[in-house]
Amino acid sequence: MSDLNTAMIEKYRSNFLKEVEANVEEGEWVKMCMQCGVCSGSCPLGKHWDHPPQEIFMMIRANKRDEVLGTDSMWMCTSCYNCIARCPRGLPITHIMHGLAVYSKRLGLTQKKQPTAEFSQIFWDNLMKKGRVNELKLGLSMYFKDGFGQGVKNAMANQKLGQNMMKAKRMNPMEFFGGHSVKDLSGFQSMVKKAQEIEEGNLKEAK
Amino acid sequence: MADEKKFAGYVCTGCGLGERLDAGQLETTATRDGKMQSCKQHEMLCSAEGVQLIKDDIANESVTHVMIAACSKRAKVEAFNFPEVAMTRANLREGVIWVRPESDENQETTQEMADDYIRMACAELKSMSQPSASGEQTLNKNILVVGGGITGMTAAIEAAAAGYPVHLVEKSGKLGGALGSYYKVIPTRSPYDAPAENPVPGMIEAIEADDRITVHLNSTLAKTEGAPGRFNVEVATESGSSETLSIGAIVQASGWKPYDASQLPEFAHDKSADVVTNHELEALAVAANGGPIKRPSDGKEIKSVCFIQNAGQCSDKEGHLSYFSGVTDLVSIKQAMYFKELNGDCDTTILFDNLRTPGAGGEDFYRAGQQAMVTFSKGIASEVMPGDSLTVKFEDKILNEQTEMVCDLVVLATGMEPNSGPDPYAQLMVDEAEDEEEKAKAQAILENAPPSILNLQYRQGTDLPHLKNGFNDSHFICFPYETRRTGIYAAGPVRRPMDAQQARDDATGAALKAIQAAENAGLGRAAHPRSGDLSFPSFRKEGCTQCKRCTVECPFGAINEDEEGYPMYNESRCRRCGTCMGACPVRVISFENYSVETVNQQIKNVEIPEEWDEKPRILVLACENDAYPALDQAAQAGVEINPWARVIPVRCLGSVSLSWVTDALNNGYDGIVMMGCRRDDDYQCHFVRGSAMAAERMSKVGDTLDTLNLEPERVILHEVAITDVERAPQLINDMAETVEKIGLSPFKF
Repeated sequence: MSDLNTAMIEKYRSNFLKEVEANVEEGEWVKMCMQCGVCSGSCPLGKHWDHPPQEIFMMIRANKRDEVLGTDSMWMCTSCYNCIARCPRGLPITHIMHGLAVYSKRLGLTQKKQPTAEFSQIFWDNLMKKGRVNELKLGLSMYFKDGFGQGVKNAMANQKLGQNMMKAKRMNPMEFFGGHSVKDLSGFQSMVKKAQEIEEGNLKEAK
Repeated sequence: MADEKKFAGYVCTGCGLGERLDAGQLETTATRDGKMQSCKQHEMLCSAEGVQLIKDDIANESVTHVMIAACSKRAKVEAFNFPEVAMTRANLREGVIWVRPESDENQETTQEMADDYIRMACAELKSMSQPSASGEQTLNKNILVVGGGITGMTAAIEAAAAGYPVHLVEKSGKLGGALGSYYKVIPTRSPYDAPAENPVPGMIEAIEADDRITVHLNSTLAKTEGAPGRFNVEVATESGSSETLSIGAIVQASGWKPYDASQLPEFAHDKSADVVTNHELEALAVAANGGPIKRPSDGKEIKSVCFIQNAGQCSDKEGHLSYFSGVTDLVSIKQAMYFKELNGDCDTTILFDNLRTPGAGGEDFYRAGQQAMVTFSKGIASEVMPGDSLTVKFEDKILNEQTEMVCDLVVLATGMEPNSGPDPYAQLMVDEAEDEEEKAKAQAILENAPPSILNLQYRQGTDLPHLKNGFNDSHFICFPYETRRTGIYAAGPVRRPMDAQQARDDATGAALKAIQAAENAGLGRAAHPRSGDLSFPSFRKEGCTQCKRCTVECPFGAINEDEEGYPMYNESRCRRCGTCMGACPVRVISFENYSVETVNQQIKNVEIPEEWDEKPRILVLACENDAYPALDQAAQAGVEINPWARVIPVRCLGSVSLSWVTDALNNGYDGIVMMGCRRDDDYQCHFVRGSAMAAERMSKVGDTLDTLNLEPERVILHEVAITDVERAPQLINDMAETVEKIGLSPFKF
């Protein structure tokens, strides 16, 4: 468990709802849920979730901190926005789900090998290098994330797809060597750094 | 009427009547068969010109009786309004041409139908006279309000503001009622985001300053006799003195009482001082005097509180209220916000199953509660365990688990019970119970009857009848604001559970109804639903057998008995439904314009074709409140009705005399269809029991059919709603099919 997690447990001891309000993006909306269940009923992937949104909101109010931050339910959200469109109380449910996912990751409570979480990290790292996504490298990182042997297997399985993409000029094999970046890469990187500093600052304040 | 009668008929040829029917023949029918002394045609009788034609005849030709052959009696009522004469309407438009297809082969039967309706209207006109008020009383503007809570105070203020003197009678020593001792109230104005100031002190001031309102504290009604416009009310004070008031109309605002929480042992109300009801919490909030609310047991500042919704209500369990009190969810939100306001960071949890926040600002107030960090948990509490801190066991309905929480105070959201008088029909319920279980239930109600509030000196009991669960309500769709005792209006939580704002709205409505009742009584006019009707029942004393059926069966308790046992009608208590007329076995009760004879004459003047003509006749007796409008709407929609039907509107199926049925059968009618409103528990009868009485009486019609050797299918009684636009005509057509199957009646001459 991270230091930050310990600090947060210490600070909000018995009130997880307040912790969520303070630290999770759009978390101040959680208290406004009226438990109608329309979000859960609207979610196309709902049956694959351990806890649909309505239940997550209830768990937050019931102080079930470990269960909420430890579940991979919010990582299952595909941002289809059905729940937001339908919520009679106007809760930004999709954003709350992302907010919870980010918070749990930041505290180091996200399940290991959670595919969405893994992909998100790979995507982020890829993006940070050149300020734009290098699709070839992103694909390769995904193939090889579980080791070299598995990576070769994955690559062979998608061989035909890759060839066709190259033929159709949809993928440039030269991108493997460095790849091109945004015009002002250092500007981009310092912008992101600043944003991260602000966020960290907010959390520190919360500490 | 001493003056000579003069009968005039008017045939309208507008709306296609002229094209579809032979107006000349209709005129002949009216004068030759209907014995009208004159008959005129007009191409649009409801136009200013047509109306003037009739008015001129009334003024210049001294016409006293008018027969109008045009549209349904429910159409063009403003145009055909001649209060100085007796009037009948032959329904040729909705009754004939709109329900019959336009074709040559149908022409003969359509014309026959129209001719019959003219004969019926003329015959009816012959046996009626123009109604006029009895002059039984003069206008009495005094309004009596019973109960000095927020409802009664509002009714008093509103009636006084309209210029009517008010007597406000309150049992206790001060005005204000239950709400008077509350800390704050549910907000009634936008933005509905916090509990609002209690309006009661301001209202007491307003009443004390108003010289049209006389307040009688520590007083009850020892006796209420008379009728709207001439009530004599004896007001007795605690000290033993009494005074008699002369009153025009009454508002009963006797309020509510809190449910007895000691009936909920699982929530430990009687074991722990820290388990209170919502009603009791108000006193704690007032006692806090702007500071934090303290625990009753040890005076400790409350840090966490749990509200248990629906405690002892909305439940089938023995001793629980079977209904929901409507406002208790709003009340809990309000009280939870007391804690947020007074106790700082106090944890407040509301355990609800179905959170209902009715009213304009209900939803906003709920959101305001959530904004204020009141926790709403969908869960059902099963037990409160007393101790230094209380433990509430509950089932979390979202997370599907049995769990518990610990808190300093538990508030039970218990329901409201009406503070009504004894049900005058409690004995009747015992007598009429269908099984033992029902009988035992009714017996318990009878034995646990509360003390009387009004002490009415009525033949049918001392107080307003109950509708459900002891509330003094009546059918709100059929009877907005009316109770089953004319001129006495129940308002506020005695009528149904409600909050302060609803009670104030209700009281305003009741005050206006009371004013209307007093004014109507002064003019001898009926109250809803026959508003403005001047006709009233009278009886032929020499024929009366003092059987008391009319006095027992009147749904409004309007009829008292004199020392010899003859009925006394109390015109201004009467709703003019005619249930007494239908009840009378010797047919001595009649209205000026509606009697056994007026309908009998209509029945007899339908031409009954010879048996070999193969043209059956079906008599339809349709309630004018629901069935007849349904038939009118069906006609507008072009739904076809069988050409053998002859429809007679009746005031209520309760007014139907068994003699109409036997006479019709003796006259050769082949079938009889009676259409009344839904009866019994979920009744829709405008006169409450009229339709049920009819069903009861008609259940004996089988004997009549037996003696006549006729098939029982020939007489049928249906419950018809105003929305049965397709079904009502179908019921008539079904009878035509039945007649075709079983053959024509042998009683044709």
